[in-house]
Amino acid sequence: MSSIEESTSTSSHLLALLKEQEDELSELKERLSRWEQSCADASEREILFSTVSGREIKPLYTLLDRTSSQYQDALGLPGEYPFTRGPYSTMYRTRLWTMRQFAGFGTAEETNERYKYLLRQGQTGLSVAFDFPTLMGFDSDHPRSLGEVGVCGVAISSLHDMERLFDGIALDEVSVSMTINGPAIILFCFYVVAAEKQGISPGVLRGTVQNDILKEYQAQHAWVFPPNPALRCIVDMFEWCSENAPKYNPISISGYHIREAGATAAQELAFTLGNGFEYVERAIARGLDVDAFAPRLSFFLDVHNDFFEEIAKFRAARRIWSRIMREKYHAKNPESWRLRTHAQTSGVTLTAQQPENNIVRVAYQAMAAALGGTQSLHTNSMDETHALPTEKAVRVALRTQQVLAFESGVPNTIDPLAGSYFIEALTDELERDALEIFDEIDRFGGVVPAIEEGWFQREIAMSAMLQQREVEAGDRVVVGVNHFTEGSEEVEIDTLRIDPEIEKNQVARMAELRERRDPEAVERTLRELRESSRTGENLVPRILECARAYCTLYEIRRAMEDVFGSYKEPVFF
Amino acid sequence: MQSIDQQIRVLVAKPGLDGHDRGAKVIASALRDAGFEVIYTGLHQSPEMIVNAAIQEDVHVVAMSILSGAHMTLFPKVRELLDGAGANHILLTGGGIIPVEDIEDLESRGIGRLFGPGTPTTEVIDYIQDWFEDQETS
Repeated sequence: MSSIEESTSTSSHLLALLKEQEDELSELKERLSRWEQSCADASEREILFSTVSGREIKPLYTLLDRTSSQYQDALGLPGEYPFTRGPYSTMYRTRLWTMRQFAGFGTAEETNERYKYLLRQGQTGLSVAFDFPTLMGFDSDHPRSLGEVGVCGVAISSLHDMERLFDGIALDEVSVSMTINGPAIILFCFYVVAAEKQGISPGVLRGTVQNDILKEYQAQHAWVFPPNPALRCIVDMFEWCSENAPKYNPISISGYHIREAGATAAQELAFTLGNGFEYVERAIARGLDVDAFAPRLSFFLDVHNDFFEEIAKFRAARRIWSRIMREKYHAKNPESWRLRTHAQTSGVTLTAQQPENNIVRVAYQAMAAALGGTQSLHTNSMDETHALPTEKAVRVALRTQQVLAFESGVPNTIDPLAGSYFIEALTDELERDALEIFDEIDRFGGVVPAIEEGWFQREIAMSAMLQQREVEAGDRVVVGVNHFTEGSEEVEIDTLRIDPEIEKNQVARMAELRERRDPEAVERTLRELRESSRTGENLVPRILECARAYCTLYEIRRAMEDVFGSYKEPVFF
Repeated sequence: MQSIDQQIRVLVAKPGLDGHDRGAKVIASALRDAGFEVIYTGLHQSPEMIVNAAIQEDVHVVAMSILSGAHMTLFPKVRELLDGAGANHILLTGGGIIPVEDIEDLESRGIGRLFGPGTPTTEVIDYIQDWFEDQETS
C-alpha cells in the first residue's frame, strides 16, 4: 500500500469507529430513558439519597456521565501527571501506607512509653498530640494552663520535655509527625535540637510538622500570631528546611479540621488546596524557587462517612493540585506536582451511643482512604467521644488498618475504582466545585482577607448547622443516635483517666528547669530573637539558639509576640 | 418560639484553651432559633472572663462547651466564681467530651445537666425552658 492509500484507509477506519461509538452512545441514551421510565413508578425509600455533604446522587451512572473523555488528560498513570490514579507509580505494591496513630497524654515519660508500645505493635511512624497549653504556646506553669496540662495531649514546654519524649527512640529511624500550628516554629526547633542531642543532623530527619496556620483561623482555632507574621514564620521554615532538612515536611496542609468543624467534602477540598496555594504564593513572593520547596509540601485529609465521595475527593485533590502547580505556578519538577497526603478517619462521625459501632465506621472510612490512595493513615478509636482512647481501643483501631492492609486485598492493585462511571463523575464534580470555590475566595482578594471577614468560618458553621438539622429531623440516619437506639442507654466502656498529679509534677519540673539553666544565655538568645523578629531575618536559627539555652515555649512565644502582636478572632455564630 | 414575657438570656461560652467551637456554635444558633437571647463569648475565655460576661449581660444561663478534658477544673471554677459574685441564681450547664462518671460527679456538685455528643439540640432547649419555668413558679 502507498502511504496515501494507507492514510485514507486509516481515516476511514477512524470514521467508522467514531460512527460506531456515536451509535453506541445514542442507543445507550435511548435505553437509559426507557429504563428511567420503567423505574418512574417505583416508590423509592424515604431517605436522603444525597451524600452527607448534600451532594445529590443519581440512581445510576453510565458512560454518559463521563465529562472528560480524554483518559490521559484526566487520569494518566499512577505517579504521573495529573496523578489522579495515585502519587506514586507503584503505590501499595512496594510500600503500604504508613500506619500512624496520633497519640499523646500526660507527661513526656508517659507518652514515650505509649510510643514504644505502638512501635512494638507494628506501627510504622509516630504522631505527637500536644496538650492545649502547648498548642497555644503556654508553659505548663502558666496560669492559663490550669486544668489542661497533659490532659488532651502531652505537655511540652521546653527542649527538656522534648528530649524526654523521644528518649530511647532513634530519631533517624522513625518518622515523626507533630500536630502543632500556632507555635509550630518553636516546637520544630525543640525537635531539631532534641535530635541534635542524639547526635542526629537535621539532614536525615524524616517527618512532618503540621504548621498550617490558615486552617487554624478558619476551623481549629489554635493560633498565636496574626496572619502575616505567622505566614512569615512558615516561609522561614520552608526556606530553612529546603537548605538543612531536605527530607522533612515543613507543613501538612490540612483539610481535616476544616471538615470536622462542619465543612462539606467540596469545601474541605477547596479550602485546603486554596490554603496550599496561599503558602506557595507567599514563598514565591519571598523569592524562593517553587521547585525548591513544593516537593516537601504535604497534606492531611479527612475520611468521612460517604464512601465514594471521599475516595473521589482524594483523587480530585491530586488532580487539581498538580494542574495548578504546573500551569499557574510554573513548577517544573514533577515532585512539585505530586500531592502526598496523610488521612484520618472522621472523629465527628463517631457516636457516644453504642461505641462499639464506631469500629465499623472507622473500618469503612479506612477502606475509603486506601482506595483514595493515602500515604499514611490514623484510624480513630471507638471510645473517643468519651475520652482519650485506652490502650485496648487504640490497638483495635490499629488492627483495623492491619486487617485492611493484609486481609482485604484492597492494596493489591492501584486505584481499583478508576474507570467506574460513578467514581469518575464524582471526581469531576468535586473538581468543578472546588474551582468555583476558588473563584469565591478570589473575590475577597485571597485567603487572608476572607479569614479576616470571617467568610470561611461562616461557611463552615452554616454547613455544620445544616447537617445537624438533617440529623435532628431524622432525615439523616445515625445508627444508635436517631435510629436503632436500643442499647444506646447502656454505655459500658473503659476510659483513660489523666491523673491530676501530672499537672503538679510538670509545674514542679518547670521550676527546676528555670533554676538549672544559664540565665544569661536565656536572656541573650531571647533578646536576639526579638531583634531578628523586627528585621526580615530567618527566625529558625535564632529559635534553635533559644531552644539550646532551654528557653521555654512561652518565653519564646512572648519574645515574638512583643513584635508580632497576637490574633483576635471575629466572634459570631 | 416561647411565649413567656421575659426572654431567656443565655451566655454560650468556650472556656480554656480548647478551640473546638462546632458544638458551641450549633447550640448557640439552635437556642437563638428557639427564641432565646444568645450571647456567644468567642474562644479561649478564662473562668473570670466568663463570669464577668455573665454578670454584665445579666443572663439566666451559662452554657459551656468543653472538649479539652478540662471539665473537672473549669465547671467547678466557674460555678465557684458565679456563687462568689452573688450569682448563684444563674444556671451553669453545658456539654462536650465528658465521661459519664464525670457528668454524674459534676451534676452532684451544683452543675446543671451536661450533654454529650449526639444530643439533639431540642433536648437542651427543653431542659433550659423547663428549668426557667420552674424558677418562675418557685
